[in-house]
Amino acid sequence: MPQIKIRTDKLNLYYGANHALKDITLSIRSHAVTALIGPSGCGKSTFLKTLNRMNDLTDGVRITGKVYLDGADIYHPGVDVMALRKQVGMVFQQPNPFPMSIYDNIAYGPRIHGIKGKERLDEIVERSLRQAAIWEETGDRLHKPALGLSGGQKQRLCIARALAVGPEVLLMDEPTSALDPVSTLKVEELIGQLKRKYTIVIVTHNMQQAARVSDETAFFLMGEVVEFASTDRLFAQPADRKTLEYITGKFG
Amino acid sequence: MMRKLKDDVLLCLIYLAAFGAEFLLLGILVYVFVKGFPYVDLQFLTTVTSVLQGTVGIAGNMVNTIYIVVLTLVIAVPIGIGSAIYLNEYARPGKMVRLITFTTQTLAGIPSILFGLFGMMFFGITLGLGYSILTGALTLSLMVLPLITRNTQEALLAVPESYKSGALSMGAGKWYMIRTILLPSAMPGIVTGVLLAVGRIMGESAALLFTAGSGYLLPKSAGGWFHKVAESGGTLTIQLYLSMSKAQYDVGFGIAVVLLCILFCMNLIMKFFAKYTTESQR
Repeated sequence: MPQIKIRTDKLNLYYGANHALKDITLSIRSHAVTALIGPSGCGKSTFLKTLNRMNDLTDGVRITGKVYLDGADIYHPGVDVMALRKQVGMVFQQPNPFPMSIYDNIAYGPRIHGIKGKERLDEIVERSLRQAAIWEETGDRLHKPALGLSGGQKQRLCIARALAVGPEVLLMDEPTSALDPVSTLKVEELIGQLKRKYTIVIVTHNMQQAARVSDETAFFLMGEVVEFASTDRLFAQPADRKTLEYITGKFG
Repeated sequence: MMRKLKDDVLLCLIYLAAFGAEFLLLGILVYVFVKGFPYVDLQFLTTVTSVLQGTVGIAGNMVNTIYIVVLTLVIAVPIGIGSAIYLNEYARPGKMVRLITFTTQTLAGIPSILFGLFGMMFFGITLGLGYSILTGALTLSLMVLPLITRNTQEALLAVPESYKSGALSMGAGKWYMIRTILLPSAMPGIVTGVLLAVGRIMGESAALLFTAGSGYLLPKSAGGWFHKVAESGGTLTIQLYLSMSKAQYDVGFGIAVVLLCILFCMNLIMKFFAKYTTESQR
């Protein structure tokens, strides 16, 4: 029986009057890659952001239902949202390094959580950059501005930055959609390595990518989960006709 | 053929307009410098006007200018930046924020003599601060507050949303994010606003005439430098106005040269700072 990291129970989300997520009940496996696919506006990114409560920042969002991380409800009033986001890190669609040095980018997260000693930080910076497979390219220019890196490097830097705070879950919102094919491949390889240590949830509009990197796939349509199964099964023998139509390119 | 001719004529007119504007500016500068430069010497810069000693100098006015600029900034910059952060980051967008923004914009366009009137009545008489540098600085604070607030708001808005969500997604608190990401990224824009405010303070005469007055003496004791805040003190611009009204045009041009030099230096600093901060982020 595989271990469950995140479980949602009848999760509903409203943007004002717009019912964006409808009764989502999903279980996300620990140390696996779960892909969320579906056409634009189907709610997959919105769902992703409910998992680290980034939707709290948007005005007019209302949520009902439960999201459990390791069995604890993350929408419970007593939850420390900052501690939650330390546990559940995020990588965005557009690489968004801060306008500071590579070193300070990586050290930013640990510093939030009170880590100050130079040796500790040096060690975290090197380990995070190695984990994100970008140490070779940046190790000798840690104090150069991060905005001078290429697009693909920036995105791996952002992954390293997310890893530096020591999360258990990594949420990735279309992390390669702004990257060239070579950089995309590097990030996909990286995801394969990271799942040994982390639980990964990735939103992608690219079905080949979902098939390549993920263990399980959820197909979203109009705010609902149409089908959720192991990636092999979902792509080989979709149970739902809409899933079949989507993965064969009939719409979306 | 006709079209080509039209183009050429238009081009000529545009060039003429550009050169006209340049020459006008240059002309004023050259005129002021030619008239005023012979008057600027060490004595002019380091002494105060005294009938007994037969000197004419603006040292007192230069000190007053520094006092007023620094004091005004000390009051207006924290309030201006603070309210910009509040309006942009904390206040819920709605009627209240729109009202405040509208008021700030209106305030920025009010003739400065109105601030002078209010400052004299409220700070000078009601609060009993009289003609003093403090009254002047408080009045000018009101005047430059909208300028600083607006510029800071613009600068904060220009910071990409992705920086903010990046910081928050790692568990940063809101104020931590503002302190470490938002303010540093917006700094060039904020500093530009502050320097514009300095320009307005140095160029102001109407709002100061009836608030800070026109004192031009230097303090005589060490304690006097502290007391000065509560005493009357005219800035360079005020002294320029007074010299003109007394038909002492030589002194006027001398002061004008000094003012222009200071403004020129400030522009250089502004350019340098903007260049330095944008490069350090790249």
